[in-house]
Amino acid sequence: MYAYDEIDRTLVNERVSEFRDQVQRRLSGELTEDEFKMLRLQNGVYLQLHAYMFRVAIPYGTLASNQLRALAHVARKYDRGYGHFTTRQNVQFNWIKLSDLPDALADLAEVGIHAMQTSGNNMRNVTSDQWAGVAPGEIEDPRIWSELIRQHTTLHPEFSFLPRKFKIAITASDHDRAAIKVHDIGLRLVRNEKGETGFEVLVGGGLGRTPFIGKTIKHFVHGRDLLSYIEAILRVYNQYGRRDNIYKARIKILVHELGIEKFSREVEEEWQHIRYSSLQIDDEVIEDIRSRFIYPAYEKLPHMPDELRQAAADPEFEAWRKNSVAAHKNPGYSIVTISLKPIGGPPGDATAEQMDALADLADKYSFGEIRVGHEQNLALPHVAKRDLPALWKALDKLGLATPNVNLITDIIACPGLDYCSLANARSIPIAQELTRRFANHELANLIGRLHINISGCINACGHHHVGHIGILGVEKNGEEVYQITIGGRADENAALGNLIGPGVKFDEVADVIEDIVEAYLALRERPEELFVDTVKRLGVEPFKERVYATR
Amino acid sequence: MPLVNGGKIADDSFAKLAVDTPLPEGGDILVPAERFLGEADGLLKRAGKVGVIWPNNRDIAELVPYLGKIAAVALVFPSFRDGRAYSQARLLRERYNYRGELRATGQVLRDQFVFMLRAGFDSFEVKKQADAEAFMQTAKRYSVFYQPTGDGRITALHRRMQLRHSEGVGT
Repeated sequence: MYAYDEIDRTLVNERVSEFRDQVQRRLSGELTEDEFKMLRLQNGVYLQLHAYMFRVAIPYGTLASNQLRALAHVARKYDRGYGHFTTRQNVQFNWIKLSDLPDALADLAEVGIHAMQTSGNNMRNVTSDQWAGVAPGEIEDPRIWSELIRQHTTLHPEFSFLPRKFKIAITASDHDRAAIKVHDIGLRLVRNEKGETGFEVLVGGGLGRTPFIGKTIKHFVHGRDLLSYIEAILRVYNQYGRRDNIYKARIKILVHELGIEKFSREVEEEWQHIRYSSLQIDDEVIEDIRSRFIYPAYEKLPHMPDELRQAAADPEFEAWRKNSVAAHKNPGYSIVTISLKPIGGPPGDATAEQMDALADLADKYSFGEIRVGHEQNLALPHVAKRDLPALWKALDKLGLATPNVNLITDIIACPGLDYCSLANARSIPIAQELTRRFANHELANLIGRLHINISGCINACGHHHVGHIGILGVEKNGEEVYQITIGGRADENAALGNLIGPGVKFDEVADVIEDIVEAYLALRERPEELFVDTVKRLGVEPFKERVYATR
Repeated sequence: MPLVNGGKIADDSFAKLAVDTPLPEGGDILVPAERFLGEADGLLKRAGKVGVIWPNNRDIAELVPYLGKIAAVALVFPSFRDGRAYSQARLLRERYNYRGELRATGQVLRDQFVFMLRAGFDSFEVKKQADAEAFMQTAKRYSVFYQPTGDGRITALHRRMQLRHSEGVGT
């Protein structure tokens, strides 16, 4: 956990009072809706189909139990009793009243949570691996650097009015759980031959209507130069990024149009001007940030405690443990993923009661800490193995023990036409139907790891391009039509999926997905060959044949 | 449109010239970039101060040879959301050491004052009277700054280092 100090708290409170003034000016008519729009968007407030939507940041996916309780409180007091966790370590409330927003923000500020730059054309919430600090084999905790960037990007005086939104993600593990290759800047923490910390810097990744996988712009930027290098990228982008067309305004288009070589030369030239400036970070600064991350005092506990041995007799517990429990850097502990994908439910939603109860469980079993991942699930990052059976029972009672993490029913979906004013098609009902089709856990297990991503419009909030199966809802002649891609992935081998053929109607989507899965089961060389690997080996064709042969 | 200069509402001594406005005998003038670059020698010889209105899509480095001779640079915010002039302002102040008046023009609302001050602006053509009147109050809204810029405000990181060291000495 990162503990805010007085300085951080002051800034958040100052931002709340500024926003209160802005809302007041809107309510009094001093600001037009058009003028207010730019201001509310700097603070996570969208006008959606039914009401204002309020998006709150969970920087690098780390939450303390009291913070989760504050989110539950906001859900209960100002919304309709639930919140929605997004693909970028944010939480959204869908039914909030404008006049309540300043108070909701003030309540969140008390526990060090804010909504700064969760929307608008600025530097968005910095995201990271939800297993940061606990994953075995990690080079070092990327959240130290995430926090450094969080501070540096917050209310930045030069880069708060960029051509378009700007997203940064960081990972420090070989397996990329932060999807860094589909971010405007992706940072992979590495060590050089002297053992010094630095970053491989990727730039120009992104989804939306023109998806690109990020390209490496520099193989090693020393940790002390991280801020100046990021600043150089942003300065080039701020000046040369396109502003004539919103769909061509992301940095990926600039990188694409200039070419990575020319773009990196521009950045390099700018960087040389500012590299040896007050942006340089000395070790003491990093140590100071590190000192405000609180790490649990782990006990020395057995790798295979009696409690776990006994519980292994219960097949339901075992199914959950095998699916949702991952190795921790400390052998007596585990990382537990909490699926927010119940069969038939909307992906990523949690009720206020669930949030409160989970906060209590975090206090009891996970040193008061909760994580949020881009797959729209939560995690308890420090659970002693002996506590797993008791935790499972408690989660099961809350409806939070669905053993489907990384399986076909662990669907990532945007809110779609049910909430979003940009959407062309529904996403949530498609996800719900698919979870019903594959509700049988044995079947889901047999299929193995398979990520389905659903977006209700071309803006791709559900990251459909990088789903093993991607579903994109569009509107055609007044009807919802879904385009289906296969073979995408968001990890260290990130790739964009390929279209299998013409779009299909709402009612047919689930059947088509079943066909694709059946084809895969018949085509895979062995049970360990994942869906996405079979697609890589065979291409789209056999799946296409299967789907369209009878349609 | 009220002008805020030196932290308060002030008279604007500059007359804005279009590309083809006849040159007045005396008085302070703000001249569009194109015209300034074309007639720089003549403009700089006359009595009265000269300032330049610089568009946000033109390389500010072109202005560098003249920075010691002009009294004002007016940068342009064609809309609230177009932030290119923030970069130009910082380059002028921090890279090219420009010390004259740096004016924000265009869509200037109170909600940008802090950003603009931090980027190096010291003069503001504010769209609304109420915003101009609220300038001082708004400018003081923040006391914490995370980024180092040329405005010299102490950053949060730096403040923490000072606190650490003073605690170290005290104990």
